[in-house]
Amino acid sequence: MSKDLNVVGKPFRKVDARAKCVGQTKFADDIVLPRMLFCKILRSHVPHALIKSIDASKALALPGVFAVITGKDLPIPYGILPVSQDEHALCIDKVRFVGDPVAAVAAIDEDTAFDAMNLIEVEYEPLNTISNIEEAVLIDEPRIHEYGDSGNVHKKVSLEFGNVEEGFAEADLVREDVFFYEGNTHLPMEQHAAVAHFDADQKLTLWSSTQTPHYVHRALAKVLKMPASHIRVIATPNGGGFGGKSDPFNHEVAVCKLAMITGRPVKVTLTREEVFYCHRGRHPVLMTVKTGVKNDGAITAMHFQSFLDGGAYGSYGVASTFYTGALQTVTYEVPRYKFQGLRAFTNKPPCGPKRGHGTPQPRYALEVHLDKIAEQLRMDPVEIRRKHLVAPNSVTANYLRVGSMGLGQCIDKVVEGSDWKNRFSGWDPEKRKLPYGKGIGIACSSYICGAGLPIYWNNMPQSGVQLRLDRQGGVCVMCGSTDIGQGSDSILAYIVAEILGIDPFDIRVVTADTDLTPVDLGSYSSRVTLMTGNAAIQAAERARELLVMAVAEKLGVPIENLSLAERRVFDVENPELGVSFAEAVVLAESKFGTIGTVGSYTPPRSPGKYKGSGVGPSPAYSYSAAVAEVDVNPDTGIVVVERVWIAHDIGRSINPLLVMGQVEGSVYMALGEILMEEMTYRTNRNVVHKFPSLLEYKSPTTMEMCDVKTYLIEDPDPNGPYGAKEVGQGPLLPVPPAVANAVYNAVGVRIDEVPITPEKVMRALKDKSRGREARFGPDGVPAVTWPDALRVLTPAEGGDGTEMPHVAVHS
Amino acid sequence: MNNKKQIRFRLNGEDTEVAFAPHKTLLEVLREDLNLTGTKHGCELGECGTCAVLVDGRSILSCLMLGLEAEGREVKTIEGMALGAELHPLQQTFADLGAAQCGYCSPGFLLVAEELLKKSPNPSRAEIQEALSGNLCRCTGYIKIYEAVEMAAARMRGEAFELPHESIYGL
Repeated sequence: MSKDLNVVGKPFRKVDARAKCVGQTKFADDIVLPRMLFCKILRSHVPHALIKSIDASKALALPGVFAVITGKDLPIPYGILPVSQDEHALCIDKVRFVGDPVAAVAAIDEDTAFDAMNLIEVEYEPLNTISNIEEAVLIDEPRIHEYGDSGNVHKKVSLEFGNVEEGFAEADLVREDVFFYEGNTHLPMEQHAAVAHFDADQKLTLWSSTQTPHYVHRALAKVLKMPASHIRVIATPNGGGFGGKSDPFNHEVAVCKLAMITGRPVKVTLTREEVFYCHRGRHPVLMTVKTGVKNDGAITAMHFQSFLDGGAYGSYGVASTFYTGALQTVTYEVPRYKFQGLRAFTNKPPCGPKRGHGTPQPRYALEVHLDKIAEQLRMDPVEIRRKHLVAPNSVTANYLRVGSMGLGQCIDKVVEGSDWKNRFSGWDPEKRKLPYGKGIGIACSSYICGAGLPIYWNNMPQSGVQLRLDRQGGVCVMCGSTDIGQGSDSILAYIVAEILGIDPFDIRVVTADTDLTPVDLGSYSSRVTLMTGNAAIQAAERARELLVMAVAEKLGVPIENLSLAERRVFDVENPELGVSFAEAVVLAESKFGTIGTVGSYTPPRSPGKYKGSGVGPSPAYSYSAAVAEVDVNPDTGIVVVERVWIAHDIGRSINPLLVMGQVEGSVYMALGEILMEEMTYRTNRNVVHKFPSLLEYKSPTTMEMCDVKTYLIEDPDPNGPYGAKEVGQGPLLPVPPAVANAVYNAVGVRIDEVPITPEKVMRALKDKSRGREARFGPDGVPAVTWPDALRVLTPAEGGDGTEMPHVAVHS
Repeated sequence: MNNKKQIRFRLNGEDTEVAFAPHKTLLEVLREDLNLTGTKHGCELGECGTCAVLVDGRSILSCLMLGLEAEGREVKTIEGMALGAELHPLQQTFADLGAAQCGYCSPGFLLVAEELLKKSPNPSRAEIQEALSGNLCRCTGYIKIYEAVEMAAARMRGEAFELPHESIYGL
């Protein structure tokens, strides 16, 4: 791989780009099958109630209606995590939020299905509701679920690495802050859609806009009680995912069941309002962070607490909870670390993984908190970060193994680019260099390049790639990965093309089809480039080996002399001597038989072995730093982000143009989160979403998007394909806190709650003018009895990654 | 089902007749009765711009227009944007620059951009932002879209245009 690269690192267009620009790409709702029926799902209009009765007789009597199903038709529960199999495709005896599915109709057309849906009569017995974290912690009855740690607390975790109290005692300054990060949603432009077909051989096919066809496949086999080998799941190109299409969904199960009952294909396309109810988006998280530092800013200990509002179901929530505590340690040295996390059930659409899964909230808290510490220490916020970076090739206190670490370079780039030194004026408001109302702020972050462990326990690879070479010179690469717009199909083509010396557009890419492609776990946790890339390298190297063996024999040159490039296999010492790529395949097929190879990838084992160590480990960590420049109008409170300088440690760009697109898209999505996007609900026990529409759920248009100055840092990671790390999620993380820190720099108020809306800025400015604390944010967190912390000696203390025997110490 | 109404109109340069239930929107007629699924939908309430098509050269939201209103008019969808086998310069640059990530909003953006370039062959960045402000994209942060429009505009004017190095490789 030391040869010059012909494809990797070049700005090729995506292999599916043209089809998307001419309207040929078939998204799920574009699939039309003969005799297809249409499904509508009746959803609960009450937030919490027992279902007393469901009468579908009027619906069934409507001409054009073929079937109505309810919870009793699908009694087996499912859920993305083995530990929270708490969903039913249709609610059986209870609804838990406005939008919970109750019944599904299949009818001759969408209008008839809609009319039939409205004829279904459901009698509810209302229950008291739980609408937020505080209520969930305080109120045990009624329980939203019959499982969980207690009452309406889904999960509590408590971990301590080293003795945090000792660390605080050593510190020159101990500071504690409280933050709240409101929930928000993915808002993919494509509404979820699915088509099911049950054929004459009793086999089921589901086309769906899902990021995780493999997990949908498993869920369908369970819920439908069918052999998985009789089910085929095809993920259609996703019209945006961002994590919102990563769970197996009730509508997917419902159309399968309806297709099996009616013997006809059935399609469902959610309305935009229903997409808000699917949600699985960013958890609202209330947080405290307490950090001890020396006078030079070196951290001696950190204690982080998070309280997650999980909504009505488990989803990825247990993993989300651990993620709110996992990655604090991979940016700056944290020698002792304690994490306590709690996830609560509430009567709202379920939360789950959104871009950055569980980490933007704690990153916001940590980076704003660090800014406040820097001010107290009278340190430059750049210095406090730059001086205490985690070392490359080290293991953190919570046993995350860091490989390449380009954060220092990232910081240097954005500091230089933004002219930080001439614009940041220190902490004295009298000496400011920018006019009042203008400000800059900095923040850093890190993200995983794929979760170290699969969602269900197994010893198999997380990613598989299969290659088929045919005698016409055709190459087909097959992989279970799902393209959600990030370019995962293209990555496969680029890497195979690089190794086989052909053009990426010579390659047929077949992905996301459980009948045709080897398993890849899905497009989540920023895992795809690293994992499918490594699997593709292995498969392509194996194919290359067969080709060069056959060609070497034919040409009578040593194998090591052969090179593959420009659709030829040739002698590097005598480039005239060679054969075309297609001839090479013929030679190989003549010698070895049909040419097919496989490759697979399994992440390295993590050094952490304690309970809870499954969340956080990754083959590699990407790093980002951002400086935001804002304009805050002190009369209106309106914050305009004018420019963001962002540097991202990508390891190596497989395609820099696509990397740039991911960085810019991440900055955009972060801007929405920090300035305007929020999932908010009416109170008064209705717990109904205030504005489940694209108009009123505000997201940035071209008029709000800021200028972005991007720097790509290439510090190849040994675990990445060609050294590549992730870019899909990480660059979102530093932007919200950089903006918050810039707002403080501009007008001297701390907004410790996301999003930073004009109302919050105005309230903080008003408090400031009255001599009160110049801050808007939560005052505290609910009183909670935590379980005794599971204690783990850090690597520096000689720990081996396992937990210490349980002794009752401080909790 | 038996009260379908028939209309005649020009669709992507061809005389077209189609019969459909009179309450259907142009979006539904295009997708369901004419099998032109290249036109997408994001809300069906006129909020996202995803379903934009050109009617008599002007961009409209096909989810807010009744199919019946297309009678006698000239409608262009994404399927009619290419010039024969040759992609429209905007389609080329959107594909080449990664302005289409998931690609779901791309048809709407492309048609609105085409309308802009007809009116304003050399638009400023601010003009492009203004023209595209009714279209939502969740993937790109719009930047690659602006660059694709600028590059296509230059090519359509017959000028050489190179994307700045920093737009591809960063600063």
